[in-house]
Amino acid sequence: MSAAAEIGDPARLRVAGFAATLRGAGFAVGRAEMFDAARLLTSPAGARIDSLRAAYRALFAANRGEFTRFDELFDAFWRGRGANRAQISGGASGAARRFEAGPGGFGSTGLPERMALGAEGAGEGQGRERGASAQEALSTKDFAKLTGEAERAQALDLAEKLARAMRARLTRRENARARGRRLDLRRTLRASIARGGEPIERKYRQRKPKPLRLVALLDASGSMELYVSVFTRFLHAVGQAFRESEAFLFHTRLAHVSSALKERHPQRALDRLSLMAAGVGGGTRIGECLTQFNRLHAKRAIHSRTCVMIFSDGYDTGEPEKLESAMRDLRRRCRRIVWLDPLTGRAGFEPVARGLTIALPFVDLFAPAHDLKSLAALEPYLQRI
Amino acid sequence: MTVNEIPREAIATKLAEAGYVADRDLATALWMMDFLQRPLLIEGEAGVGKTEVAKALASVHGAELIRMQCYEGLDASSALYEWNYQRQLIAIKTREGEAAEAVEARIFSEDYLLERPLLAAIRRPKSPVLLIDEIDRADEEFEAFLLELLSDYQVTIPEFGTIKATAIPRVVLTSNGTREISDALRRRCLYHYLDFPDVDREAAILRRKLPQLDVGLALQIARLIAQLRKEELRKTPGVAETLDWAATLAGLGVADLAAEPEIVHATLIALLKTHEDRLRITPEVAARLVGRAA
Repeated sequence: MSAAAEIGDPARLRVAGFAATLRGAGFAVGRAEMFDAARLLTSPAGARIDSLRAAYRALFAANRGEFTRFDELFDAFWRGRGANRAQISGGASGAARRFEAGPGGFGSTGLPERMALGAEGAGEGQGRERGASAQEALSTKDFAKLTGEAERAQALDLAEKLARAMRARLTRRENARARGRRLDLRRTLRASIARGGEPIERKYRQRKPKPLRLVALLDASGSMELYVSVFTRFLHAVGQAFRESEAFLFHTRLAHVSSALKERHPQRALDRLSLMAAGVGGGTRIGECLTQFNRLHAKRAIHSRTCVMIFSDGYDTGEPEKLESAMRDLRRRCRRIVWLDPLTGRAGFEPVARGLTIALPFVDLFAPAHDLKSLAALEPYLQRI
Repeated sequence: MTVNEIPREAIATKLAEAGYVADRDLATALWMMDFLQRPLLIEGEAGVGKTEVAKALASVHGAELIRMQCYEGLDASSALYEWNYQRQLIAIKTREGEAAEAVEARIFSEDYLLERPLLAAIRRPKSPVLLIDEIDRADEEFEAFLLELLSDYQVTIPEFGTIKATAIPRVVLTSNGTREISDALRRRCLYHYLDFPDVDREAAILRRKLPQLDVGLALQIARLIAQLRKEELRKTPGVAETLDWAATLAGLGVADLAAEPEIVHATLIALLKTHEDRLRITPEVAARLVGRAA
């Protein structure tokens, strides 16, 4: 503790203040880091502000985003420069606050919130489920036809539960695999001592399969707006339950939103998401967005046991050639492509959207995703991958 | 168990002597490893020279480099220790008739233990540099196990007992980001993001590794590579590829890229490692890149 005692109280307070600033900006700062920060202040690295900044950056930053963001925060605190700007990038911005106001609270910039459409859903189509429990009835109700706050909230909860259950069951399946092929020499030998070194009982080792990774690409364009909020909630739960998952939103451009979905609290996650996805609507450029995905993210996001899920209705305003080449490229990279279309559930649906007719030849599974039941139906498919 | 510290300013010079051209921030991070006794996590694209950092660090401290390449399914027996089963079997056979306890004590002794990188790293009399390469390829379980090792620097072998570190190793972890690694491990480590070197630094690296290279040509090559990295490529060329290419050009006696466009295009195979990338950089594109670099 001597190092901490060496420096005066004001300096220690300053370090604590800086740690608080960093926490506000989303850095995870623990006591060990603060102690080390105090030590660095009196070390040779603390002699000059530039070297202190480099040292603190290495200490406090834990990923690339924090690494690049750090200098601004440091300068704002220790040099009193651009303080306002840093505060805005620090998470609790005015824009984020705005979204907390609404009752269901889905943001309005990137994620359209218009689930409560009026009374049209009540007697239509899926009304036959009446004998069963309320939950069951809800599970086959088109997301676009949910009415009222309560019903919608319930559907969101179900979507979340479903995603968690999928993870749990997939894992159990993995553990239940049959015995492995490789001999476990260590355990075999241990067992053989009792028999004078004759390895009579043989022990085997089993290799765990690579965990399935889900990469979700969600179309957040105008034509999808009735479904986006349910899907994002579903994806949030998927992001929480599957450690290996990535999520992207697209309309006219692509936004990488995995980090927002790793936020534990659903509301905060959705707030961050709407900030990240903020952009102009007006058309969907699926081809361009997929090309962008292939170029910038695919290398990292896709491994040999990856399933890419595209949530889209296929209404594409971009160039068809671009979509085709992007799909072909994607096809080559990943194990399975699942295309989930919320419109499929409607009566008399034909896959005529231009984007769909181009993309379908490259897709392994084309499935409806208009209600909870259709989402649940994905599970057996994912298990087989 | 203090390690012999090298002053912060001296690190950059020593790195340069070891043949590694580092920026100041990296030098600071390497000094902090000793000062705070924390491992360093280096992230960056493939080919930016992450592994080289560990090699250079070993040579700065005159320490041994122990490298552990992570892969999927890496487990304790290939990372930490393994018993020498063949010898154990022979020992059991030759001691038939002795008491089982005596045999057991004998075959689970030091003589029958095979050190793997992690155990080796904590049993050296002088702090080695432990390079845990591509930690993102290993499983989550292994990461958790590593976290335990990196905070206590001790290992428990059930048949043998607890082994404490004789000297704390300097640990460098690298990651390509194929999998998100856990926050706990990130927090345990210092962090540095290594980017591709800028033109001046890449030219300096070329000059250091290939002293016969002309200064002007090194700069041209570095500029062209910087342009090339901005193109849409499947595999962005790394520093090692730059060195290969520069050596090729030097070997062919090229003194000015602009004067030899055909040779430039023909030798690009040292940089472009996929068929598509090769097709994408047509002679015209190559000529355009050369034009901008010259």
